[in-house]
Amino acid sequence: MPSADAINNDIRAILREHARLAVEVETLADDADLYQAGMTSHASVNLMLALEDKFEVEFPERMLRRRAFENIAAIRTAIIELTAGR
Amino acid sequence: MGLDLVQVARIEESLARFGARFRERVYTPAEIAYCQAAPREEARRYAARFAAKEATWKALGLDDTGHAWSAIEIVHDAQLAPQIVLHEPLRSRADAARARALSLSITHEGEYAAAVVLAARAAPEAPRDADPTAPRHSPA
Repeated sequence: MPSADAINNDIRAILREHARLAVEVETLADDADLYQAGMTSHASVNLMLALEDKFEVEFPERMLRRRAFENIAAIRTAIIELTAGR
Repeated sequence: MGLDLVQVARIEESLARFGARFRERVYTPAEIAYCQAAPREEARRYAARFAAKEATWKALGLDDTGHAWSAIEIVHDAQLAPQIVLHEPLRSRADAARARALSLSITHEGEYAAAVVLAARAAPEAPRDADPTAPRHSPA
């Protein structure tokens, strides 16, 4: 399994490409609210699909919550859970 | 009440980037068929439906416990007016919260699509003892 830092870097790269934030991704703390930073619900769909591509996972319905994508730390937690045991 | 605005170009980008995966994660087969029936209107129709789903979710005001976007379906009645259909498990959650989507209005103009949803949430039922019109039993 990749390290937490490597996952963070991948998440930030995907955010840069898909989240259409109003601020630079580099300036965001891991617990900064992505919706407050300008991510729309539609952008969160693109983010989810891009994360699925990158990490070769599928977000189950129970994870399709606003909170699951609200900050980098929450996304990292979800990715670690979905890739556990590899 | 829920309101959502979607830029059609953003939906076009999702369709180009993720294709069928975007369609199938967000829309029902009937919605996909409706949108694809008019190729020149396809992205606009998807955008309007995305706005309607988001507006419905906002209007219902349910807890953030997770649901598929396709659990909210936009259909048309006999007069071709758009209507909201909730699928399980979202329907049961809305029923439990006594929340009901009443009315949907969709519009699209140029590069934007928007939707407004009016929903109602019934007050919890009062305990029977609190109802002055409820029959009362005399002690034996």
